[in-house]
Formats: sequence, structure tokens, C-alpha cells
Amino acid sequence: MPIAQIMLFGFAITNEINNVNVAVLDLSKDVSTNSIVNKISASSYFTVTQLLESQNEVESIFKKGKVKAVIVFEKDFDQQMRNTGIAKIQLLTDATDPNTANTINNYITSITQNYAKEINQDIQLPFQIVPESRMVFNPEIKSVFMFVPGVMTIILMLVSAMMTSISITKEKEMGTMEILLVSPLKPYQVIIGKVIPYVFLSIINALVIILLSIFIFKMPVQGSFFLLGLESVLFIITSLSLGILISTISETQQTAMMISLMGLMLPVILLSGFIFPINSMPLPLQVISNIIPAKWFIIIIKGVMLKGVGLLYLWKETLILLGMTVFFILLSIRKYKIRLE
Amino acid sequence: MNTIRYIIQKEFKQIFRNKGMLPLIFVLPLIQLIILSNAATFEIKNIQVGYVDFDHSSTSDGLMDKFTASTYFQVKNQFPSQQLANSAMLNGDIDVIITIPTHFERDLLTEQKASLGLQINAIDGAAAGVTNFYIQQVVSTYNNAIRAELIQGNVPSEMRPKNILTIPSFWYNETLNYKTFMVPGILVLIVTMITLFLSGMNIVREKEIGTLEQINVTPIKKHQFIIGKLFPFLVIGLLLLTIGLVISKVIFSIPINGSILLMYGYTMIYILVILGIGLFISNFTDTQQQAMFISWFFVVIFILMSGLFTPIESMPKWAQVLTDFNPIKYFVEVMRMVMLKGSSFQDILPQIIKTSIYAILMNGLAVWSYKKTT
Repeated sequence: MPIAQIMLFGFAITNEINNVNVAVLDLSKDVSTNSIVNKISASSYFTVTQLLESQNEVESIFKKGKVKAVIVFEKDFDQQMRNTGIAKIQLLTDATDPNTANTINNYITSITQNYAKEINQDIQLPFQIVPESRMVFNPEIKSVFMFVPGVMTIILMLVSAMMTSISITKEKEMGTMEILLVSPLKPYQVIIGKVIPYVFLSIINALVIILLSIFIFKMPVQGSFFLLGLESVLFIITSLSLGILISTISETQQTAMMISLMGLMLPVILLSGFIFPINSMPLPLQVISNIIPAKWFIIIIKGVMLKGVGLLYLWKETLILLGMTVFFILLSIRKYKIRLE
Repeated sequence: MNTIRYIIQKEFKQIFRNKGMLPLIFVLPLIQLIILSNAATFEIKNIQVGYVDFDHSSTSDGLMDKFTASTYFQVKNQFPSQQLANSAMLNGDIDVIITIPTHFERDLLTEQKASLGLQINAIDGAAAGVTNFYIQQVVSTYNNAIRAELIQGNVPSEMRPKNILTIPSFWYNETLNYKTFMVPGILVLIVTMITLFLSGMNIVREKEIGTLEQINVTPIKKHQFIIGKLFPFLVIGLLLLTIGLVISKVIFSIPINGSILLMYGYTMIYILVILGIGLFISNFTDTQQQAMFISWFFVVIFILMSGLFTPIESMPKWAQVLTDFNPIKYFVEVMRMVMLKGSSFQDILPQIIKTSIYAILMNGLAVWSYKKTT
């Protein structure tokens, strides 16, 4: 099932906008507005689905949720531009989704500015600064590069933590815990014994995901494959030990699952930098995000796969994961009760 | 009718008896709502910029001052060499490197043209696009300013460029407040996750403990049993919605423009869908572990394909078709439409119909798949 998920998400999820439906209200209908509308519909970002006749229609199509934006050209657009040098476009966006609204605004502005640049071609502007941008690490701007590491992290983390979190509670619920307790096994022996099988399962899981991302999503592994493997094992152990910790503190399987699902899923999705950039979050949340193991692993995967860096650059993240693992394990050994209540 | 009442009573007792679960059901999710709603923003802020200045002229200083002044950028430090800047980028300390070449100012003044090197970390492609846009904006503003200064404002009219001004107006959310967008969505997730996990593990738990057989030998009818199981979770779901709405109103001051009655009505149908799915899973699995894995599998898919975090329109066509089967998608749409746009019953009728069909289908399946014989 994790395989199905990574396939699905790898292909389907993107935070780029594509084919956003927009409507046009052209009060001027001249050469310029025509070519701008053409440019907009020619871009892969937008599909012009409707031509409106009056401002009154805007409200109703927004309420139905048919289009995300309406582009309004002022009266005598072309004339204004030629005479005063400035023509106005009003861009009405449905900002219930502020993310998309903002992106639409940026793209439309770029399109109109490009058009302006074209008609200004014969004017040689003096003193020009020409920025030359280069997109590094992901020159084709594929959103897969952003999402596959995230999906991989989430799957590894949740599956590993979940699997182990139930293992000890199940024994408690079934009553077999007593048998384990009267045996001469030491707490750490029980815990290590419980973790090992899941380590192997998760390693296979990780391997499959890495192979999928290389062969199906064409993710490069710029750095060392060996390092990627080692770091994945480390992260798996971190998640497993977190699972063990949950397992030792909860009494029933249901509680354990609720902690590992409710407690982990949303924070991991939202605070790990998987979808939302951590730098843009309010400061307290940036601080909180540091305790999410997934955040560090995502940095590591992106580093090894896309940037091609080695331990030299990733020692800090690795050390943090290592520290968390030790902390979780020590805490669960301490919390592991040798007596029944 | 009486039978159902007793089953409901039994379920509530079981829920409230488990002291470890109560905070997990009511407190944890709401804390998450309060905290995590702040995290979900695509707005690009605090872009970490490093620069290499080979020119050390007043023009290059002026340009970097513009970046420092902008709220989008955090100009971290100046690097003495390109290598050091690159390594900081590899390290993840900075996301943008601006390289000002030697003779930047001289080229600008004598050759009328100077180039500027930009390197943008594009692992997050969408963010890189926006970053690039902001940088161009800063550079062109600065460029216009120094040009005006150099030719002292006397731009001959034939040289004045024609401009198109795009004036955005953001409807329903003028300040582009991301919380307005995320809070209803996260509330949806919380209601969904809690009700699905609880119901998904419910019957299977009785199976595991062995109490299901005891119920099976009683004269309780299938539908009575299922209704009795559904009802408590419906109550919990609506309770969560209520607390969540109060939180969004009081803490996040999100307007509730539409009819509250409509919202509750829709939520009831929606929770029935989720509970139906949960019970269906519960019927088909033998251990809580299996049940949980399957619910987890669906929840992750439902969440990520719901249009909550990433726009559905951008997905490939086949994925868009798949999202039609995603109940969370409809709930997110309805919550946003009713809460933020004040859409009416007519506006959300398609969603209501689809969800109702879904509800009937799933609960029918749940009743059908629940076998009294083992």
C-alpha cells in the first residue's frame, strides 16, 4: 500500500498551478486586450473558460466556484496605454484560497509585463540591469523533486511508528505481557527484540520507495547511494523508537493508535517542510518544527538526492536524528514498567 | 427503538470509560487546530539571501540595500567568494545567491547594460518561481529609480515605456489571510480523522476481544447494531465541529458568512459517509492493526488529494477524476464555500447530492458486510 501511495502522490500532487479556470471581462475589446487574452490562454497555467459581459456576473460565478479569477480590462485599454503610458487591468481573484490567488496574481502580472516588454521593444532603455536567473538543483522545476522526499518520509515515519506502537500494547491487552514480565528478559532485551523485525520490514519498504523514485519519477541520486541507505536506516530506527515510546506509555491499542495517528500525522505533514516552507512560518512554529524528526530527514534526503552533498554538509542533521533516537529509546526503557498495575 | 438506545448507551459508556482516549479525542485535535493552522502557508517570506559582491560600488550597495529593506528577503551575509556562497547553499543556509559581477557599475554607466547573476534553489519549484518574481520586482524598481536619477527625470516622451498595471483585488479574503483558508480545512481533517479512526477500530475491537460473538447471539438486528454504533460517533463528530467553529470564531476571528444550519446539516451527512467507511473497514478486518493500516492508507490519500493543501486543478486529469471519490474534497469545498463565501443551499446542492449518495452507499455496504455469523 505505501507503494500505491507514493505512485499516486508522486504524480498527482503539485503546488504549481496548472489550467486554472479564469474568466475575462473585456470592456475594451481592442488589439492589446485581445493579444493579452491570447497570451493568457496560451500559457499552461490558465484556461479561459468564460467571457463575461458585465461586472454583475462576477459575484455569481465566484459563488458557484466555476472560476478562480476574473481579469477585467478597463475601457479604451489600448488608447490609454498609448496616450498616458499606463493601462489598467483589474484582477479579481477568489481569495478563499489565498495560496492560489497569490500565485495567479504573480503569473498574470508576469504575463502582462512580458507583453509590455514586447511592445516596448523598439524603445532602448538606458541603464538596464539584466538579472539572469538560474534555477539550481531542479532546473526543470519538477514538483516531484519537492514531493517525493516528503511522501517517502511520511510513509516511513508513520508506518514504522505505527507498527511498533501497537506491538507492546497488544501484549498488554492480550495479557501476554505477564508472561514476558515473569521471564528473565531485561526491558532493553524485550524492546530490542520487538524492534528488529520491524527494522527489516521498514528497510525493505524504504528500498522499494527509493527505487520507485529513481526509476519512475526519475529522481537523481547526486550524492552517495550508500549514505542515502544509511540515513534511511537511521531514520527508520528513529521512527521505530518513537513507536516503542508511544507503545510503552499507552494502555490499549486504541490509545496507541490514536497517539501515533492523530498525534503524528498532521504535525508531520504540516511542520516538516513537506508541503509548506518552514521559513515562512511564524517564529514559534519554526522552533517547534525542530522537534519533528521528519523535518531533518527531509533535509537529508533532499541534500543527498538533489544537491549531491555528503556527510560534511549533513552531519548536523544526522546527529540530531541520532540524538532523538537515543532519547526515545532511553525514555521508553525508563517508562517500561516491569510490574503490572 | 429501545434496543438501539441500549447499544448507544453501551457505546458511550465504553468511550468515556477509557480515560486515556478522551484527551486524544477532544484536546489533542483542537490544540492541533490552533497551532497547525498557522503553519500552512505557501506565502513566501523570509527568503534567505546570500550575495557575492565583486564590484563594491555604490550601485551594488544600493541594490543590496533594496533587498535588505524588502520584507520578503532576509539578506544573511556577504560571501567573499562564489565557492563559499555555493557551499552555504548546499548547506541549506541560503536559498538565493546574488552575484554582482566586477565592473557592474561601470558597465551600467558606460555600456547602458549590466548583468546580475542569480542562483535560486529550485527544489521547491513553485516557491522558486515566486522568489524569482520578487527578485525581478526589486531589481526593476531599483533600476527605475537609478535611471530616473541618472537622467534626472527628463525622460523624453518617445522613450517612456508603456506600462500595464495589474491591480489585484482579492475577494472574500482581502488581506490574503491564510488562516481563513486553512482553519476550515484543518477542522474538516480533524473531524474526519477522529470519526474514521474511532469507527474503523470499533467493531474489530469487539472481534478481537471476543465480545462480538456475545452480541451476535443476542436478538439485536443488523441495522440496529450498526445504527447504535454510528450514533455516538456522529455526536462526537458534531461536538468537535462545534468546538472547532467556536475556536475559529473566537481565536482566529474567521467570519461565518453562510447559514450555520446548512453547515451542520451537511456535516451530518458527511460524517455518515465517514462512519460508513469506518464500519465497512471494521467489518472486513480481523485485527485492530489491520483496520488501522487501512484507515491510515485512505486518510493519507484523502487528505493529500482533497485540494486542501494543493490545488486540485493542477493535478493531471486522471487524478482529478479520482478526487471525485474523495469525501474530504466535498467537505472542504462546502466548508469553505459556506463559511467564507456564504454560499446558499442551491450553490452546494451538487455536493450535498453526491455526499448523500455516498452516505447511502457506504452505510448500505456496512450493514450488508456485517455478518452475524462468524
